[in-house]
Amino acid sequence: MSTVTIPTQPQLEMPKKHYLNDNYGIRSWLLTKDHKRIAVLYLITITFFFLIGGVFAALIRLHLLVPEGALFQADVYNKLFSLHGVNMVFFFLVPSIPATLGNFLVPLMVGAKDLALPKINLASWYIFIIGACFSVATMVLGGVDTGWTFYTPLSSGYLKTHVVTMAVGIIIAGFASIFTGLNFIVTVHRMRAPGLTWGRLPLFIWSNYATSLIMVLATPVLAITLILLAVERGFHIGIFDPKLGGDPVLFQHMFWFYSHPAVYIMILPGMGVISEIVTCFSRKRVFGYSFVAFSSIAIAVFGFLVWAHHMFVAGISTYSALVFSLMSFAVAIPSAVKVFNWTATMYKGSVSFHTPMLYAIGFIGLFTIGGLTGLFLAALGLDIHVHDTYFVIAHFHYVMVGGMVMAYLGGLHFWWPKLTGRMYPEGWAKLAALITFIGFNLTFFPQFILGYLGMPRRYAAYPPEFQVLNVLSTAGASILAVGFILPLIYLLWSMRYGEVAGPNPWQAKGLEWETSSPPPTHNFEHTPVVTEDPYHYGEEQDGEVPVVP
Amino acid sequence: MSHSQTTTTEHHPALAHQFDSMEQQREASNFGMWCFLLTEIMMFGGLFTAYLIYRLKYYEAFVAGSWSIQVSWGFANTLVLIASSLTMAMAVWSAQRGIRRFQILFIALTMLLGSAFLGVKAKEYYDKYEECHIPGASFNAEGGLGCETGNIAQEVANREKIPLEAARQIARQTQIFFSFYFAMTGLHALHMILGMGLMTWLLLKANRGDFSPEYYSPVEYGGLYWHFVDIVWIYLFPLLYLISRHR
Repeated sequence: MSTVTIPTQPQLEMPKKHYLNDNYGIRSWLLTKDHKRIAVLYLITITFFFLIGGVFAALIRLHLLVPEGALFQADVYNKLFSLHGVNMVFFFLVPSIPATLGNFLVPLMVGAKDLALPKINLASWYIFIIGACFSVATMVLGGVDTGWTFYTPLSSGYLKTHVVTMAVGIIIAGFASIFTGLNFIVTVHRMRAPGLTWGRLPLFIWSNYATSLIMVLATPVLAITLILLAVERGFHIGIFDPKLGGDPVLFQHMFWFYSHPAVYIMILPGMGVISEIVTCFSRKRVFGYSFVAFSSIAIAVFGFLVWAHHMFVAGISTYSALVFSLMSFAVAIPSAVKVFNWTATMYKGSVSFHTPMLYAIGFIGLFTIGGLTGLFLAALGLDIHVHDTYFVIAHFHYVMVGGMVMAYLGGLHFWWPKLTGRMYPEGWAKLAALITFIGFNLTFFPQFILGYLGMPRRYAAYPPEFQVLNVLSTAGASILAVGFILPLIYLLWSMRYGEVAGPNPWQAKGLEWETSSPPPTHNFEHTPVVTEDPYHYGEEQDGEVPVVP
Repeated sequence: MSHSQTTTTEHHPALAHQFDSMEQQREASNFGMWCFLLTEIMMFGGLFTAYLIYRLKYYEAFVAGSWSIQVSWGFANTLVLIASSLTMAMAVWSAQRGIRRFQILFIALTMLLGSAFLGVKAKEYYDKYEECHIPGASFNAEGGLGCETGNIAQEVANREKIPLEAARQIARQTQIFFSFYFAMTGLHALHMILGMGLMTWLLLKANRGDFSPEYYSPVEYGGLYWHFVDIVWIYLFPLLYLISRHR
């Protein structure tokens, strides 16, 4: 550990002209083709849905405070967890990092003036908004109670709620993520600055590229699946309903063909963020760059071959279950490669514990727990015991919240100076990171135990012996809520009152730090030329590696 | 990590701000269209998979269903679409050479053939409506109640030499064949309609004289889309009209 710090210039000033003040007025935002402004539009939109999804989560936890259920009728409870799932998955987690940080950073990191297809990028946001309107309409009209999985024939034949409205919203929002993914792929292939070879790409780009592959290849299958569901519901023709001659298991196959790769849409970009943060705050080159890069691609590819592990109890053949179980175990390899490489990057580095690093370390621990419990669920025998219990809930919340949301918040703090030109208040931010970590574990660790003891998911009531663990979980959720609301307040505050950050407050490597903060509308004064490998950290000064100032 | 250099490019009016050269712009827009076509393949792929699974499950009903649609119309439409792909390719050729008069001619011809396809499809849909073969509550493939022309049960009984009661069972199951028939050809027709919109836009641009040997990528990726929709039909035609029709 070193003690030398790089002296910072005492007086930093905001650049006179940047993307935020280039021009004013609502039209300049709503008709913008600037990827940075579109990222901000997305940021506002998904924050709204994160809050809505969060309110549903809070209501669920409050309801489960007592065994018989504290607040709602069972059918209202069904709507709450369905809307929580749908909003969080399709309107927050899927677009979260790609559409905000990805939109903002991909062109900057490859040294381009914009994404390859700026009009398509703006169209993506509008399409997302139209899909979001359908989701809001569903909630206003009275909700949906299928769970986020829309299993047939329950969804297509029996429920009287607004299944079709919600399905249409999800199909439309899906096209938004197809457009984002398509744009990233074209940009990474065709817009890289001179000298920026594939082997020099930042790992954030690699992980978003892998995510884009999934978005482009899997999302259309969800669209056609939900179209068939809507057709069955609308015209009473048999596609999935066994009473009408259909096959309900086919729906599950088609749904999970998208929705399992989609969970990698929800974690891969987070892994990219963590790679950037860990290397910057360890002042070391990433350990095993090409392994980390290709593990992203491997996760994307393997992710397409494991979907039926959601269906071990749905009556699929034992032999296919065996193969899907084996493939699911195989996904653990590239995931573990990443975890080991992050820890190896920190080993003997000059680690400093700024807020983004706190989130990153939290991510590594929580993702490891989430990932390993995923192996429990991929095991054919054990899955029978814990299938559809709170064990599953805890597992994917460790990955989605402990993983992706922590990475999202870490990335937001890390690049906040670049987005706004100002620093967030470090003390408050560290506190929020700590509260989030404690609240998260208190909320979801008891659910592992609950699930293992046999408490099923999606029930509005539970036997009294589970109450202690449920109370712990609800208490944790209220702490977690504080951890999420704090950043919302101080980040907004910092936009006006935060210290001026300067172009590179972390002394980080990467093209995005070479332009002013906030960047000008065209990103770079001159097209940058790349001459070095990424993460060229670790130049020694007087025999010591300087930590982040 | 880097140093900077100034870029010097002569500025073509059609060069978008994010690109350095027309070459880069052309490659990016074509590559974008290829990626988009990949998503289309996955979307139709889901539908084709479901079709094949039900085809195995309800084999007799799918065969009986394909008896009740007109191969002649399907074949005519196949020819129309292949011809439209030729005129589309000619439009790209004339855009590459910057011959405005030919661009307008060939794009207009492509649109004409596209409308002919949609017209025939509409006629086929209307026939299905007359025969009561629209899936849903009013579906009836067993004759009677003004639906005599669409009596699949009788036809199955005659052709397969099986009792009428067994044939009625198969006729009822053809509803699922028709669900897929309408879903697949409907999704395809929707793509044709979007393609017509794309062609209208290209026609306006060609009329304005936008395309030149330096800038013709919209015609090129419009063409890619058109050929893709054509190829989907090349698969739909045998799947729905031809296979197992004669046993």
